[in-house]
Amino acid sequence: MGMLTIEDFWVMLTAMLVAGSCGFIGSFLVLRRLAMVGDAISHTVLLGLVLAFLLTHSLSGLPMFLGASIVALLSTFLMQLLQRAGAQEDAAIGVTFTALFALGVVLLTLFARDVHLDTEHVLFGEIAYVPWDIWVLNGLNMGPRAVWIVGGVFALTVSITYLFFHIFKVCAFDPALAAAMGIPVMLFHYVQMALVSMTAVAAFDSVGAILTVAMLIVPGATAYLLTDRLERLLWISVGAGVLSAVVGYLGAVVFDVSIAGSMAVAAGALFALAFVLSPKHGLIAKWLAQRAKAPDHAPGV
Amino acid sequence: MSDALRLLGDANVQWVLTGTLLLGLSSGLLGSFALLRRRSLMGDVLAHTALPGVAIAFLLTEAKSVGPLLIGAIVAGLVGSWCVDTMTRYSRIKEDTAQGITLSVFFGLGIVLLTLIAKGGGAAQSGLDRFLFGQAASLIGSDVKTIAAIAALLIAAVTLFFKEFKLLCFDAGFGDSVGLPMKHVDRLLMLLVVCTVAIGLQAVGVVLMAALLITPAAAARYWSERLSVMVLLAGAFGALSGAAGTLLSLTGARMATGPLIVLAATALFVISLLCAPQRGLLPKAWRVVRVRRKVIDENILRALYETLELEWRRSGERSMEPFFKPIDVDRLAAHLGRHPSQVKRWLKRLERLGWITSTHQLTAAGLSHAHDLVRRHRLWEMFLMYEADFAVDHVDRDADTIEHHLPRSVVEELERRLKMHHLEPALPDSVHEIG
Repeated sequence: MGMLTIEDFWVMLTAMLVAGSCGFIGSFLVLRRLAMVGDAISHTVLLGLVLAFLLTHSLSGLPMFLGASIVALLSTFLMQLLQRAGAQEDAAIGVTFTALFALGVVLLTLFARDVHLDTEHVLFGEIAYVPWDIWVLNGLNMGPRAVWIVGGVFALTVSITYLFFHIFKVCAFDPALAAAMGIPVMLFHYVQMALVSMTAVAAFDSVGAILTVAMLIVPGATAYLLTDRLERLLWISVGAGVLSAVVGYLGAVVFDVSIAGSMAVAAGALFALAFVLSPKHGLIAKWLAQRAKAPDHAPGV
Repeated sequence: MSDALRLLGDANVQWVLTGTLLLGLSSGLLGSFALLRRRSLMGDVLAHTALPGVAIAFLLTEAKSVGPLLIGAIVAGLVGSWCVDTMTRYSRIKEDTAQGITLSVFFGLGIVLLTLIAKGGGAAQSGLDRFLFGQAASLIGSDVKTIAAIAALLIAAVTLFFKEFKLLCFDAGFGDSVGLPMKHVDRLLMLLVVCTVAIGLQAVGVVLMAALLITPAAAARYWSERLSVMVLLAGAFGALSGAAGTLLSLTGARMATGPLIVLAATALFVISLLCAPQRGLLPKAWRVVRVRRKVIDENILRALYETLELEWRRSGERSMEPFFKPIDVDRLAAHLGRHPSQVKRWLKRLERLGWITSTHQLTAAGLSHAHDLVRRHRLWEMFLMYEADFAVDHVDRDADTIEHHLPRSVVEELERRLKMHHLEPALPDSVHEIG
């Protein structure tokens, strides 16, 4: 393996920030049964990036980031519209994201020469190239751009969630109660979806469209098996995300494979551990509880 | 266009077209059942889970032909579907999360394996690249034959088990109670979906295969309430999008087939969403507009009748002559509580319907229609007042909304009941006049 270089440090920091921010906002997707909406949003990011590029003609920076986030957010409106127009929920999700993703791929092929994206990037992400995309401010080297973008989105997500924590909590566990309390449930739904969209856009560059889904959902699901309290769930999810980033990165270095893919596999492995070993909701705990309950299997009977 | 025609003459193109046609057909058929089971996103999951299966099959066999890759995809799909089932059954993880976990982790594993393969040699990877976005054009004759054979088998299986699948979608409990092994039927359906995904990967690719299962079925759902019609339509939509996407990809700038097939299917979906006669948005909007117009027309005709009726009563009810007097627009507007200019516009519409003349006098047809409306309206008012003990000042509004949807037979039944209660339906006094 050799020494850990500064490049390794930046890549690992980016991976940890991506996994942490995805894990944080993704917990709400898991709780609110919107996991596949998260899948749809991360796919739509591709179209968002291509469209934002074609409109602004800038490769990076705020316009592209905001444009892509807005397109991703619009896809959630579109799904809602289709549902209101009589489509089943799963069909509305499936039709929307496949169509938008396909459109993204076609536009990408048509304007491939102008856009810096290619299909590899879409699927694998380019986290290994993060250290070479430097943000220079007034001639000052500020470090990799990705770190700032992902870190910024993470900070924004945490602060907005902190501000509206109780509202998000009620909306996640009892939307009917939230509506009865006079909370504009749909407004906060879209606030949350906007945060998911921005997180997905920020993560897309590093891990690609589909592995963003892994980072959004898997750590949240792992945490969901480990605790019953929302505050803890959020931090355990961030922790699980960061841990899978570290393990995934090391695995990728050792076996010389895709970093993003390896992170997803590590996240899956952590989930499998929680699935079996979780003290309250794990397979073994459940099996033991069932054995204790059933009198036939009690010793001495 | 001539390009397309020349292409159609090419033998290989014919094979590829046959393959994508059959593929679209079978995924449309099976997608319908998945949709009705509310599990259409399983198609997305199965397609993504196929990637590591394909990669492992490739690593093991170094295969250039489709067979082993198909088996890899099918096995991986079955493992993926087992994972989703296990997660939802043995933990508190919900189905959507289980689907998300399975598809993304399997896909991650697939990417890891792909990078391993890529290290082995660039040429090897190029064969696998088509699994990501689909490249139907790169299919050779023997591949297409395998795909076509499996698609034909799938179509035969759907035909054979149509009744069982129908039962599974609509009343699985009943199927269990008559002794059918519904669990196995469910598994069979999942197996068929897995096979569809496996053959679809070649043409549409891992990322977009889901669309071929979901979109044609979702489009067909708009056209019919009958399963058999919906399934056939979904098959036709699927076949059409498969063929259209393939042709576009062959004529265009060598684009991947997957996205084009998906866009073709999406176009069919949008057309269905907008234009399907019963559930489509445009016919629905048109119906709403028509009902609204009808309500306005009838309301104004009734108001007109009631203002004339007042004069008729004042004249001692001796002749019907007051009913044919020209209408005083200002009085009518006051009666309706609307601005006279708006009432004039409405009267123009009544004129076009032949209910009043250009001099604002009721025609015979208009009078009989108005009488009919008022009679029905008052019947309802009486009925609601006595049957449901509604307060009098609420009666009018309820009657307004109900009367426009009242079929003839209901009116007759009402009349019979009113007679039973000694409430003769002989144009009774309007409730309004009490005030």
